[in-house]
Amino acid sequence: MQMSIVGCVMGAFQIISLDGSADEEHLPELSTSQMLKMYRDMVLARRLDSWLMRLQRMGRVAIHAPSEGQEAAMVGSAHTLESEDWVFPSYREIPVYIARGVPISEILNRQFCNEEDPLHGHDMAVYGSRRHKIVPAPVPVGMQIPTAVGFAMAAKYRGEKAVAITYFGDGATSKGDFHEALNFAGVFKAPVVFFCQNNQYAISCPFSRQTATKTIAEKAVAYGFEGVWVDGNDVLACYSATKRAIEKARRGEGPTLIEAFTYRLGPHTTADDPSRYREHAEVEKWRERDPIARFKRFLIRRGLWSEEDDAKLHEEIEEDIKLEIEKAERKRPLKPDVIFADVYESEPWHLAEERDEFSRFI
Amino acid sequence: MERELSFAEALNEALREEMRRDERVIIFGEDVAVAGGVYKVTKGLLEEFGPNRVIDTPISEAAIVGAAVGAALMGLRPVAEIMYMDFLTIATDQLVTHAAKLRFMSGGQLKVPLVVRTQYSLGRVHGSQHSQFYPAWFLQSPGLKVVLPATPRDAKGLLKSAIRDDDPVLFVECGLLYHRYKENVPEEEYLIPLGKADVKRRGNDVTVVAVSRVVREALEAAQRLDERGISVEVIDLMTAQPMDSETIINSVKKTNRLVIAEDSVKTGGLSAEIAARVAEEALEYLDSPIVRLNSPDMPVPFSAKLEQEYMVNADKIVDAVSKLVG
Repeated sequence: MQMSIVGCVMGAFQIISLDGSADEEHLPELSTSQMLKMYRDMVLARRLDSWLMRLQRMGRVAIHAPSEGQEAAMVGSAHTLESEDWVFPSYREIPVYIARGVPISEILNRQFCNEEDPLHGHDMAVYGSRRHKIVPAPVPVGMQIPTAVGFAMAAKYRGEKAVAITYFGDGATSKGDFHEALNFAGVFKAPVVFFCQNNQYAISCPFSRQTATKTIAEKAVAYGFEGVWVDGNDVLACYSATKRAIEKARRGEGPTLIEAFTYRLGPHTTADDPSRYREHAEVEKWRERDPIARFKRFLIRRGLWSEEDDAKLHEEIEEDIKLEIEKAERKRPLKPDVIFADVYESEPWHLAEERDEFSRFI
Repeated sequence: MERELSFAEALNEALREEMRRDERVIIFGEDVAVAGGVYKVTKGLLEEFGPNRVIDTPISEAAIVGAAVGAALMGLRPVAEIMYMDFLTIATDQLVTHAAKLRFMSGGQLKVPLVVRTQYSLGRVHGSQHSQFYPAWFLQSPGLKVVLPATPRDAKGLLKSAIRDDDPVLFVECGLLYHRYKENVPEEEYLIPLGKADVKRRGNDVTVVAVSRVVREALEAAQRLDERGISVEVIDLMTAQPMDSETIINSVKKTNRLVIAEDSVKTGGLSAEIAARVAEEALEYLDSPIVRLNSPDMPVPFSAKLEQEYMVNADKIVDAVSKLVG
């Protein structure tokens, strides 16, 4: 497989061209239904993202970190995971959750902090679920990276097949956590995949302000393992690169750093105005490389999809999301006593006392 | 059966017993395996349990604690060693903002049963960057437990409980005590519960609450004061979070006088929290103001002579108690 392994070939690994034609030699072995599922997940993630942006603007949810433009990187990589694998995400990974099979009802319960919020309204983490093996994303950038390594080391020690994948952005690669974690993983040959979505901005700071290297992938060399540079807007390239890395980790051959080169079309979060730090023309240029449009062209060219199918899918998803929003918004809010829940295995006396004191006011 | 063990030997035995009992217990940190720990606390564990369970890591404190969080999520019970408490600041993000928050953040779906062992070297002429003692910082981190053993016997029983605990535990040892003296430690299995203070000496005139290294100083002071007819009750805090105020308050209700002696610098130290709790709950029982004996609000000096003067000791406790009972 001709991956852009640093030191061999420079140029991001790509399978689907902008016009939807494909590099037949490198097409991954995927059934039509698998590819259509990936496409559906990408569209669902995009439509849900758009709804969450609007819901925040309407004051109905608190905050949202949009994933528009990054669906290929997340859906492509997450589709390679087995049920025993664990995800250590950052805060922009709704497409990963969808690809992992999390029902959007759960994501919306979380967004509305209703009584069925799996996180009990405790943290702004987008989601988290033991059942789906997704750890709630930490807010401090890159904190989840060493955790994924420790998880992978433990899985190896226990002789389990589980692999850890951790998602982070280009900004996180400037953190000590990133360097310490990659160094650790290299030393211990931990079964972990480091999936960096280089969306070229850390809030307002461009990629050039994070590092003097041309790519992030090349940093893997310094830790003694392989780095892969992949077109992050090409879902099949992201799938292939991650599949290879996951299988390698599962075989006990250690970690891989994948850099998916992509672009954040939206703001950092609903609290950000990107017009202050980048030109509209640049965003438009990247819209032409939209990962969903590209995959759609690929599917249509191969006779696997049509404009009619597409219109129907969008309509169906839109109806579904609207229904789930309505349901989530109608559920009761969390009860105030969950403020005091889930801190320790059993409640220490001082918390019981503080809870009693608080309960007089609520 | 009892036999004499040093603090380091007692800790070693606790680790050994828990590793024999539960294969989920693994150890990692700097110099813990081949060297057996720079202070020999993990001596011989590599030989008994092998390199998959006793792991020398890169010098990488954030990754050590971060990896412990991940290993705990995987279902292990990692014991991570941070060689000096001074180096814990680098890993505090992982301990405070990650380990201590994951149960809460996940709505109770996840737990992080890990122990971070560390030690402070005040009194060993190690200078200002080897001697810091700041357990009080970690009282501001709900979700974390903070344990501070003062004797070999307690160190063993508390460490075993910490390893079995389902919450993350910061276990702060006193390096000065590791090889200083031995005491009787039961051979039979025993556990000492977290969250309980221990009355180390009964008395009626003054309560002295001491922590870690200073417990021994307080007991020596109590002995000397006893010869002068002053009866001192010495309470060893043992766990700072959750803090057993009840034992302290009950003692104060009896003695009506309180001295708090410990190694934090005075401002915002453990003594501040203890004093505040007593003031809230038992002010009317106090016959005189609370006295706090701490390190001065200064970095620890390197010079051996200056360092000795800097530290809380039995003389200072005798002096403070004598003034109180005047």
